[in-house]
Amino acid sequence: MKKPELLAPAGSLEKLKFALHYGADAVYIGGQRYGLRSNADNFSIDEIREAVRIAAGYGAKVYVTANIYAHEDDLEGVGDYLRQLEEAGVAAIITADPAVIRAARRAAPGLAVHLSTQQSTLNWLAVQFWKEEGLPRVVLAREASLDDIRFIKDRVDIEIETFIHGAMCSSYSGRCVLSNHFTGRDSNRGGCVQSCRWRYDLYGPGGQPVGPVESDEDRFTLGAKDLGMIGHIPELVNAGIDSFKIEGRMRSLHYVATVVHAYRQAIDAYVADPAGYRLRGEWMAELVKAANRPLNTGFYFREPGAADHIYGAEDKPLVDFAGVVLGYDGNTGEALIEQRNFFKPGQTVEFFGPAGVRFSMTVPELRDESGRPVDAARHPLQKIRMKTKAPVEPMDIMRRRLA
Amino acid sequence: MIATRETNQGHVTKPEILATPGSPDELRRLVRAGADAVAIGERRFGLRLAGEFPLPLFREAVAFARENGVKVYALVNRIMDNRLALELPDYLRELGSIGPDAVVFGDPAVVMAMRQLGLSIPLHWDGEMTVTNHAAAEFWGEKGAVRAVLARELNLDEIRSFKRRTGLEVEVQVHGATAIYHSRRRLVRSYLEHRGLAPLDAGMAAGLYAVETERPDLRHPVFEDEDGTHILSPDDICLLDLVPELVAAGVDSFRIDGLLKSPEYNEAAVRAYRAAVDRYAASPERFEPDPAWLESIRRLQDPGRELTYGFLFKEQIY
Repeated sequence: MKKPELLAPAGSLEKLKFALHYGADAVYIGGQRYGLRSNADNFSIDEIREAVRIAAGYGAKVYVTANIYAHEDDLEGVGDYLRQLEEAGVAAIITADPAVIRAARRAAPGLAVHLSTQQSTLNWLAVQFWKEEGLPRVVLAREASLDDIRFIKDRVDIEIETFIHGAMCSSYSGRCVLSNHFTGRDSNRGGCVQSCRWRYDLYGPGGQPVGPVESDEDRFTLGAKDLGMIGHIPELVNAGIDSFKIEGRMRSLHYVATVVHAYRQAIDAYVADPAGYRLRGEWMAELVKAANRPLNTGFYFREPGAADHIYGAEDKPLVDFAGVVLGYDGNTGEALIEQRNFFKPGQTVEFFGPAGVRFSMTVPELRDESGRPVDAARHPLQKIRMKTKAPVEPMDIMRRRLA
Repeated sequence: MIATRETNQGHVTKPEILATPGSPDELRRLVRAGADAVAIGERRFGLRLAGEFPLPLFREAVAFARENGVKVYALVNRIMDNRLALELPDYLRELGSIGPDAVVFGDPAVVMAMRQLGLSIPLHWDGEMTVTNHAAAEFWGEKGAVRAVLARELNLDEIRSFKRRTGLEVEVQVHGATAIYHSRRRLVRSYLEHRGLAPLDAGMAAGLYAVETERPDLRHPVFEDEDGTHILSPDDICLLDLVPELVAAGVDSFRIDGLLKSPEYNEAAVRAYRAAVDRYAASPERFEPDPAWLESIRRLQDPGRELTYGFLFKEQIY
């Protein structure tokens, strides 16, 4: 049985380190040009070089997204940029625009090109086309079902990557310009303002409202629930999907670490012992904590229906990312924690980490780095000393349960 | 403005006027009104078609068009799943035997299937909002495309630059509604089900529209078909004033998109652009638009939908 690659988003070098530490086989990052997340902390060429170096230490790969649909003025310098990526040692770029594919072929012939989901590829003939263009991998449309994926894998010898977790466009990717119309921001060049999640009123013929209008109750919307395939790892592995992709370059390191950790455990458990595999409730519980929307299985098993869209208010988060462990002193039982959000004595927190750390405790008294008592961890990135119920390790994550 | 007109002194290559009729009757009407080309097809393979031209009707349309010196483009521009891709080669073979002037495609499956069949009908690349630069057009040109159908989100400078740097023809939508959102999901049906409401005809002719809550004056037509859910612009593009600029930019085809419009409306639009293009070509230096052209369209215009320049003069950020 072939073990699929677990591919995680990394919005910054720090998130990249956590994604790899928690078990990603590969990460995708945005460079400073041609990426679809214009608000993300995108990587400079020096940072990309550093990312490749860090990833190599884990035996992992770095892919760079270059997935906008470029306009005329965006194309200037594309060849130089791609050559720099090639020289930086990235394993592939992820792109949808044939202009970028063409430029890569000319300027950086050693740079592998993966076709982005922005091309909305759903059929084997199109996949065959891209294979004949020399692309080693296609990221399928999020509308592909498991049957579609199997059908394609049976007919074309090419790597297939699909999304397994995270937020989804409700439109075909790339086929939505709501942001352009509403706000003048180009959705296909990273300006998407998620207009699909706004509220709409729907009117029928002659202007009669359909459903509630001008009320706060479940109005018409286009917003989709998030994808979460943790319950179906065996089907995904058996379908032969080569790379399992997690969405979310804009998400926190807590999110990335939590999601990667859950899928890492599930994939490893299944591949090690397919017959004895069982889904563990804690994986789903962890994902629900990290999620900011309800999860579903997208198009994998059926076309999404009434239960697969978000009509009411969005759910409130269950946990808050409170801190990261920097170190632990076995003699004193004290951890050094970098604050990521407010916490104070008496609150309930939980720790988790890739080596199996997992426990809850009440926050004891706190001291700052120099040992002075403090009543709360109220400063961003403040270093705090506190005793923990059990040993912890650097890069373990502390989160606070919300009421 | 002055500079662009100077470049046209002497002679002007007339752009094609392209219409998208929804029936054989409308097709004849639009050809008589002055269309140089029509884009038609069947909904199984064509995206958001105003009407059906199954193969026998398609064949008749091609015969009629030939007699009238008009071109016919076959719309095979849906995003295709495996099931559709399986049916595609037979359809393309049938089309090949009829001989349209071009096949309009968006999905590379069409290129692949034609290659496997050894068919060589000229291709028009219509990737909707993804047709944004000349280099991508050149890529498809290497695969047999002779024309790019430009994204409606390009501005005039970008259209000029695109055309200057490509060897392909460029088609620009000059009139009508534009598609701004396309989902494979049935969003109206799902919503009705969620609300416990009875199913409702949400087809193209049903007249549903959505209003974003902060923008109460903008009505966006919404409909569902075999392809999922479509949302259209709340206004209609109208570039009648810009005929000189578009001709100077080298635009090869003026698309008058007839989606959600009556044949009467589309006929008026075709006549107006026909008159504008002909007058401009006859005398570019002394061109003055006739207010009656626009008036003939306005008379039939839905008062809830403004006529605008679309994105031609809009700055977009990202």
